[in-house]
Amino acid sequence: MIRKSRLSLVESTPEPTGAVPAVQIRNLSKWYGSFQALTDVDLTISRGEKLVICGPSGSGKSTLIRTINALENFQKGQIIVDGIELTRKPDAVEAVRKRVGMVFQQFNLFPHLTVLENCTLALRLVRGIPHKEAEERALHYLGKVRIPDQAHKYASQLSGGQQQRVAIARALSMQPDIMLFDEPTSALDPEMVKEVLDTMTQLAGEGMTMAVVTHEMGFARQVADRVVFMDRGEIVEHGPPSEFFSNPKELRAQAFLSQILH
Amino acid sequence: MHYADNVDYPRLLSRPSVYIPGLAILFGILLYTQAGTTSLGQALAGVFGMAGDSLLAANLLVAIVVTAVVALNVAVVMRLSLKHQVYVVWAELALLVLLFFYSFDLSFEFIRRKIGFLLTQGLVTTLYVSAISIVIASVLAMIGAVAKLSSNGIALGIANFYTSLFRGLPLLMQIYMIYLGLPQLGYVIDAVPAGILALSLCYGAYMTEIFRAGIESIPKGQWEASRALGLKPKDTLIRIILPQAMRIIIPPTGNQFIAMLKDSSLVSVVGVWELMYLARTQGQTEFRHVEMMITASLIYWILSIVLELIQGRIERRFNRAQTR
Repeated sequence: MIRKSRLSLVESTPEPTGAVPAVQIRNLSKWYGSFQALTDVDLTISRGEKLVICGPSGSGKSTLIRTINALENFQKGQIIVDGIELTRKPDAVEAVRKRVGMVFQQFNLFPHLTVLENCTLALRLVRGIPHKEAEERALHYLGKVRIPDQAHKYASQLSGGQQQRVAIARALSMQPDIMLFDEPTSALDPEMVKEVLDTMTQLAGEGMTMAVVTHEMGFARQVADRVVFMDRGEIVEHGPPSEFFSNPKELRAQAFLSQILH
Repeated sequence: MHYADNVDYPRLLSRPSVYIPGLAILFGILLYTQAGTTSLGQALAGVFGMAGDSLLAANLLVAIVVTAVVALNVAVVMRLSLKHQVYVVWAELALLVLLFFYSFDLSFEFIRRKIGFLLTQGLVTTLYVSAISIVIASVLAMIGAVAKLSSNGIALGIANFYTSLFRGLPLLMQIYMIYLGLPQLGYVIDAVPAGILALSLCYGAYMTEIFRAGIESIPKGQWEASRALGLKPKDTLIRIILPQAMRIIIPPTGNQFIAMLKDSSLVSVVGVWELMYLARTQGQTEFRHVEMMITASLIYWILSIVLELIQGRIERRFNRAQTR
């Protein structure tokens, strides 16, 4: 069930390609030199689905979501985003990146730009939206992630939690169909994790398609439609959080959960 | 000071174990170099009525007086605030340099007669040769850096060869090659364009490496965030990477500009009437070489100071938003 919140983060209407899954990954394999980082990964993310990907470090979970917007390449298999096959052609990559927003572990805000400029730059350069209109839209999303009155500050003047919420607003300003989160709370001080997770929960409640790499199992339990467990570049197990957490089938998943849920 | 610690260590110059040996070494050097024979020694001997005394006495006198003045000076300066210490020490050292020049017994009348021409012809030429070369070198450096970071083998090859050749050959040789060599191909080139071309190519090669290092210093995450937002490679470079790289690029580039300003004197070998050329030729007629050389040197120094000040301003501007 989709909970409708008063603050709507998602303004874009779903594409008319309603029947097409948001992301289809088929038989995906990736190597770094001779090291195989991903092995025959099959994964479909439905429209509106909230997917949490977890697994031990080095299991390939970040690599997997980074292939979805072509920040990582792959040698074998197929990725289809919103019906667009992701190749290395500029047209395909540009079309996919227009539909996919990303939030990074280290925020990666542009330190030489103000918060507002961080959010408007791509709107103007990529979408060709006029300055004034871009600012209005950016301020709208900054308001929604509760960054009031900070629009003219630089990233270094904000707390980690605020920076990450600006990064979310920056991605949302582009009105993507899919949001990727690569360990969004791992670089945050403990007291700031909640404010970022709350923003993500709110976003999930509004029907955004989300793929989240995280170790926050509370978030996974509460928000995820499905949990994917990866180890050594493979998807080992996946299922609804209720099943995955209470009754993991695979030994590796059991071992991982016993370590992470003290 | 950058990252000053919060410990009040005893100041280096207030430790007897430092300043007593320091003064002793100064005293020893003055004695050993026979400071009594210098013009300063003779002047002091006159003041103290010891003219005509033995050399040893003169040496001792100079050593004692100079060491005492230095000790007193340090003691006084130590009591000032940091900012004033810097100003006072700077001014004292500048005064010593000027006194050194003054000791050459210069003809100021000659300098006064010649300085107008030195400025209107020499300085102006030096300034525009340097300014044009700086602009072209910066453009070449930007192109070179982007080529070096590209995955285009031809661009990479050209850029590698360019930096190798023009950093490897002496600038003087490059000036001769362009001025005397190009006419062999049928392109007759004037001295000024030849000089500008040589300076631009040589400094462009050095600055290519500075720009490349600056661009490479920006973390990968900045490229990724920009790409994930859909920015094209050109926009990523111009809007995201370069503005941040400027913080790294500016200090060494300022160095290069100052070095180029002075290396522009090398184009005098092909007969460009810039500052150094005039300084050498104007002095010849009346055997007043030193006057002209010192005047030209001081003009170069003042220009360098101006460049330093401009560099400082630009640095502050790009440091406005401190990176994490």
